[in-house]
Amino acid sequence: MSQTATAKPTMNMSTLRAGTKSRSMADEDIALQVKGLNLFYGQKQALQNVSMDIASKRVTAFIGPSGCGKSTLLRCFNRMNDLVDGVRVDGRLELHGKNIFDKDVDVATLRRRIGMVFQKPNPFPKSIYENVAYGLRLAGINKKRELDETVEWALRGAALWDEVKDRLEDNALGMSGGQQQRLVIARAIAVKPEVLLLDEPASALDPISTLKIEELINELKDQYTIVIVTHNMQQAARVSDYTAFMYLGELIEFGDTDTLFTNPDKKQTEDYITGRYG
Amino acid sequence: MENTQPDLRGAQDSGFRAWWKDGDPWIWMTGGGVAISVLLVVGLLALITVRGLAHFWPADVVQGIYQAPGDEPMPVLAEIRSREDASAARLKSAGLSVDDGQEIYERLLLRVGNRDLYGSDFRYALNDWLVEREYPETVTVWERLEWGNLIGFLVDVRESGEVVATGDAAWEAFQTRQQRILDLRKEMHHLEKVEIGRINYELERLRLKRRGLELDQKLTAERDAAIRAKEADFQAEYQELEKQLVALHENMARDAIRVEVATGEQLTVPLAKIVRGYRPNAMGIFAKLAFYFSKAWEFVSDEPREANTEGGIFPAIFGTVMMVLLMSVFVTPFGVVAALYLREYAKQGFVTQTIRVAVNNLAGVPSIVYGVFGLGFFVYFLGGSIDELFFPEALPNPTFGTGGLLWASLTLAILTLPVVIVATEEGLARIPRAVREASLALGATRAETLWRVVLPMSSPAMMTGLILAVARAAGEVAPLMLVGVVKLAPSLPLDGNVPFLHLDRKFMHLGFHIYDVGFQSPNVEAARPLVYATALLLVLVIILLNLFAVRVRNRLREKYRALEH
Repeated sequence: MSQTATAKPTMNMSTLRAGTKSRSMADEDIALQVKGLNLFYGQKQALQNVSMDIASKRVTAFIGPSGCGKSTLLRCFNRMNDLVDGVRVDGRLELHGKNIFDKDVDVATLRRRIGMVFQKPNPFPKSIYENVAYGLRLAGINKKRELDETVEWALRGAALWDEVKDRLEDNALGMSGGQQQRLVIARAIAVKPEVLLLDEPASALDPISTLKIEELINELKDQYTIVIVTHNMQQAARVSDYTAFMYLGELIEFGDTDTLFTNPDKKQTEDYITGRYG
Repeated sequence: MENTQPDLRGAQDSGFRAWWKDGDPWIWMTGGGVAISVLLVVGLLALITVRGLAHFWPADVVQGIYQAPGDEPMPVLAEIRSREDASAARLKSAGLSVDDGQEIYERLLLRVGNRDLYGSDFRYALNDWLVEREYPETVTVWERLEWGNLIGFLVDVRESGEVVATGDAAWEAFQTRQQRILDLRKEMHHLEKVEIGRINYELERLRLKRRGLELDQKLTAERDAAIRAKEADFQAEYQELEKQLVALHENMARDAIRVEVATGEQLTVPLAKIVRGYRPNAMGIFAKLAFYFSKAWEFVSDEPREANTEGGIFPAIFGTVMMVLLMSVFVTPFGVVAALYLREYAKQGFVTQTIRVAVNNLAGVPSIVYGVFGLGFFVYFLGGSIDELFFPEALPNPTFGTGGLLWASLTLAILTLPVVIVATEEGLARIPRAVREASLALGATRAETLWRVVLPMSSPAMMTGLILAVARAAGEVAPLMLVGVVKLAPSLPLDGNVPFLHLDRKFMHLGFHIYDVGFQSPNVEAARPLVYATALLLVLVIILLNLFAVRVRNRLREKYRALEH
């Protein structure tokens, strides 16, 4: 009982997020709505009755200890979980009001609107150019000029153009890890999705590359709705507008980042962000 | 202060225990295993190389008297092919009156040639009894189109029965006239194989066309007349060629040589029957080398003669390569598709696992069983049905209802299918999940992901499968004997007559050639070096095919290198 008496704000947010104000979900356009989502791996329940709104053109971070279901939830947004054997989902997940689990939803089209970047950089063993053009070619774009323009635009968008413009035909596997991850982001934005899902995008990178990715997220959030899963609470605090804390498949607390980090409602949240477990 | 350094010397074992614990015996054992394997492979290659390549060397011809005790002395003119030690007891039991005082005799294998005179090309002789040896420079060896080599002395050269040159001049006259014969023979070969072959092929097609129309009851008078007109054209052309051929024959029969053999007999040999003549004792090392390479080249580029014991084995090389290439064309797509289903689409469970085990076990089925299957299913059932449906006009002669290149390739494709499936599956399993997810997350369907990412990335594994398949298929003989390989194929499966690639034709194969020459040949001694030479070529062909495939694979690997970790 004595612990409740300790002061709640445990992280000095002013150093992390200079000049941002508290936000309220009521003012936001809602891009994605999760409504009573349950997910089962066979008999095991991995997500328990999760409901939340994702604001359009904002960065939403999912934090929580390993195995809490934050990546599983993220992979529901573009139905990547469909690939796993024995996964069952109930509840709704709506993109502008349309349930993405409906039978008439074409998964490929959905994934073109909701792009994803994975934990480890996963470029194809093709040239840099072809990596970025991959999604475009899938969409049936084969005109050289159109491809050239979009590839350049996407690489500029991912802050990679200046580094690679002279070696677009080189194999992407020859790049550094940080470059590869930015290439993967360029590849994702090349198809002009509306939502970008980032699954621990910087966890395999060195600090400088991590910084570059975070800067990139800051730039991209004007145009894209971004959902990011991260292990790193400082990162969540630095880049996100809203944060969701998950624990054992449940959404414990969700709110704007400043409030969640400085004045959490739940004791579990507070324990986690102060480093008592996780 | 006392020194308190820790004791890091480890257990104080000594002798055998330490040696054992050290791991030394393992290093010796494993290293020994590798060393023995390497020795065996090197030994095998060295044996077939030495025995095979020595065959083409022009050995000196020895002239002497063979003086066996109790027998008339006999003049001998022969190449010494090999030497071995034989015990007196063994020689005695063979009916030779050897001296009991001497235990070991050296026995020679002589190539005396002149099979038409002596009945056999080879004979054994005891080294000690071959006396008065000399190596006269004028002794000549002639390779003939029939009856094997002729060894003797050139007496004179005749044109239309008249002597035109004797003595030293005769050798020069022989050489120039021989060149003329070679040119004429080339012309004749072209005439027979290409020109007349084409006409026969066309005539056969016309016959089949008429028969086909007859069977369909559509043979009207006009059509019959049209076919007859064409036939008449070809017949006329044939008559013309026939005349040319007869003229060539007469031209070739003009010259002859008279040869004196060791026993003093003289015989007349028409130049038309002679392939070449050479004087080994007069040749220097460079002349011998040149001769050697021309013989070796003849071996790989020419057609066989005299029940496959002379000439070359080009048709067998061609047949082997052709069959392996066709097999690759059949097995690769088939195996890759099967592996794709097993790994990518099939639900991984008991049934899939059972199928996988069954496929793996197929690799262990003896190859002759595949031969029986090929004969029963491909040749009799499929081939028979094809003949009835598409080639009824040729019946009762089978077209596809008999062994042939197509069925042999298909049989080997089935034989090697498990290897390709297993290798491809392994390759598919090695592709990181992350790369597939990357493609799917960009809006690719599963099929698009397969085509654009998974298949290119697993191509090195497919090549590995193909390499293993080629290695196995090229050396396989047993099943082929049932589905299309023959001792002597009249024509290559690829020629200038439409449709160029004749999948229904029977073909020759190096592996079968080894068996045939080594075990079915009437002339064992002549055939034995050819067995080694052919084996060497078979190994070389397999190595070449494999090197090609390995190169392709390494290129693909280089492309996807960074993913293999």
